[in-house]
Amino acid sequence: MAVNTTPGAAEELTTPQEHVAPPPLPEQSAEERRTWRARGRLGMLLVIPGFAFITLFFVVPVFSMLAMSLYVRPEGAVPGEFVPGFNIATYAHVMTTYGDTFVRSFLFATVATVAALCIGYPMAYLVAVRLRGRHLLQGLLLVVIIAPFFSSFILRVQSWRFILSDESWVVGFLKAISVLPQDGRLTATALAVVAGMTYLYLPLMMLPIYANLERLDTRLIEAGGDLYAGGLQTFLRVTLPLSTPGVMAGTILTFIPASGDYVNAVMLGNNVDTTTVGQIIDSRFFHATDYPSAAALSAVLMAIILILVTLYVRRFGTKEIV
Amino acid sequence: MRGETMSTDPATRHAAPTPRRRFDAGRWFVPVVGGLAFLYLLVPIAYIFVFSFNDAGRTNLTWRGFTLANWQDPCRPSQLCEAFGNSLMVAVIATTVATVLGTMIAFGLERYRFRFAGSANMLIFLPLATPEVVLGASLLSQFLNLGVQLGMGTTVLSHIMFCISFVVVAIRARIATLDPALEEAAADLYASGRTAFWKVTFPLLIPGIAAAALLSFAISFDDFIVANFNSGAYTTFPQYAYVAARRGIPAEVNVLGSAMFLGAIALVVGVQVWRYWRGRKLAAL
Repeated sequence: MAVNTTPGAAEELTTPQEHVAPPPLPEQSAEERRTWRARGRLGMLLVIPGFAFITLFFVVPVFSMLAMSLYVRPEGAVPGEFVPGFNIATYAHVMTTYGDTFVRSFLFATVATVAALCIGYPMAYLVAVRLRGRHLLQGLLLVVIIAPFFSSFILRVQSWRFILSDESWVVGFLKAISVLPQDGRLTATALAVVAGMTYLYLPLMMLPIYANLERLDTRLIEAGGDLYAGGLQTFLRVTLPLSTPGVMAGTILTFIPASGDYVNAVMLGNNVDTTTVGQIIDSRFFHATDYPSAAALSAVLMAIILILVTLYVRRFGTKEIV
Repeated sequence: MRGETMSTDPATRHAAPTPRRRFDAGRWFVPVVGGLAFLYLLVPIAYIFVFSFNDAGRTNLTWRGFTLANWQDPCRPSQLCEAFGNSLMVAVIATTVATVLGTMIAFGLERYRFRFAGSANMLIFLPLATPEVVLGASLLSQFLNLGVQLGMGTTVLSHIMFCISFVVVAIRARIATLDPALEEAAADLYASGRTAFWKVTFPLLIPGIAAAALLSFAISFDDFIVANFNSGAYTTFPQYAYVAARRGIPAEVNVLGSAMFLGAIALVVGVQVWRYWRGRKLAAL
């Protein structure tokens, strides 16, 4: 501190460590402490508009939805007319009616997440580790992963509907090699819905793992080999543990939208055996105008996801989620 | 196997180069599975592209011959280009607002200390941990409660909401990887805090901010579920495609989808090439 003869220099030298620095020490000058306070105010000014927005359009709506899930239908009401109340029975009703739909949705989401991990990890490893240093090829492959977002996902799901349709060569081929029975089909099956989800959310799995593996020090893999570990052993003991934060982020980012998905369920399933919670929420809202049930289903879906994600992070977690 | 390679005599162990990888399947496993995965990602895109040239009538389900007519007049189906324009407009406005608000939050959280940092992180994480159907349904509950007229305004608001969190997460990651030595160097050269920020920190973050904006644009443009809940009669491009899918999507939809895909690739490749050339010019100096 003695070298900082000008107050300005002292202020600037503290900047880089600011987020880890302890609170102003007693020996700091009054001027320095004033600067800390000014910086605190600037920080507040930076975050307030965004947080106000998130509060208004996310936090308040969630409470609004919770309130709506308790609304009651007055006697002789027209469809869609509800009054504020405290009708907890809606929750009991949706859980008994749609309990198996919840189980199915989370089962689909789990299978799709595991499948996306099995496909996405080798993809990320290929680009981040095997192709390290080949920037042009790496860049091109990353573009290939991100660009599908720009051609609407509805179109991509529709493509799968066509590729898996009863008349397609895929189904013909599977029938020819007797994998699929002669009267078998792929659309309107759970398999098609899960495959569609896996496809759709694969980039969300691959990109965080890639971002993690990109920073992986390959000398550690070589060290595994030097210590006579086989390829598989090196992977399980060195690479995989080091990439846990990427795998966590990828699985969470895939699982969440997959458990709320209804576009795949509608376009590739559309069958009573593939109905998902998302589909029920949509139909309760728009076709049955049964807002309390839709809101209660949404609340339960969100609660289950938060519980599952919290347990998962506790079990395998690092702090690097956000 | 290991016993053989670990010969007791050190001389022979070094003389005969021991194969480092006993288990060699991994060598082929990664390129094969990774390559197949890329194929899996690209098959539907290839299908969309090929069928944009289909001489289809109303429904684009079977191949009926090659034509360029769809590309020459993509606006032929009524309201298609209107929906496409709506999506572009919503995505541009939502991206602009979300990028500004998100960058500010990222800086605030990364560079300043807060008493409520934990809750602030939670507030950013929760919208990401909520499935779109719940985001859409909860926002619709609020708009219904307040009696707000659904339309472009509500669509834009809903998109800004879910884009902010993505922007914050993407930019915070960039800020965290900035080398603090660069700012220290600026301070050593007597730059004030403000000068150091605008001349050093911010320019270094521009690629990160641009990437976050691109991500935000992509997820807004691609959103169907939240818009379906909150757009009312205002139709976006994914909504148009979803409704059309029930009776067969016109080939012109494939044209616009392919054009966006190619445009995104051209943009990213263009930026890469530009950076490469600029890098060479700087290296030549």
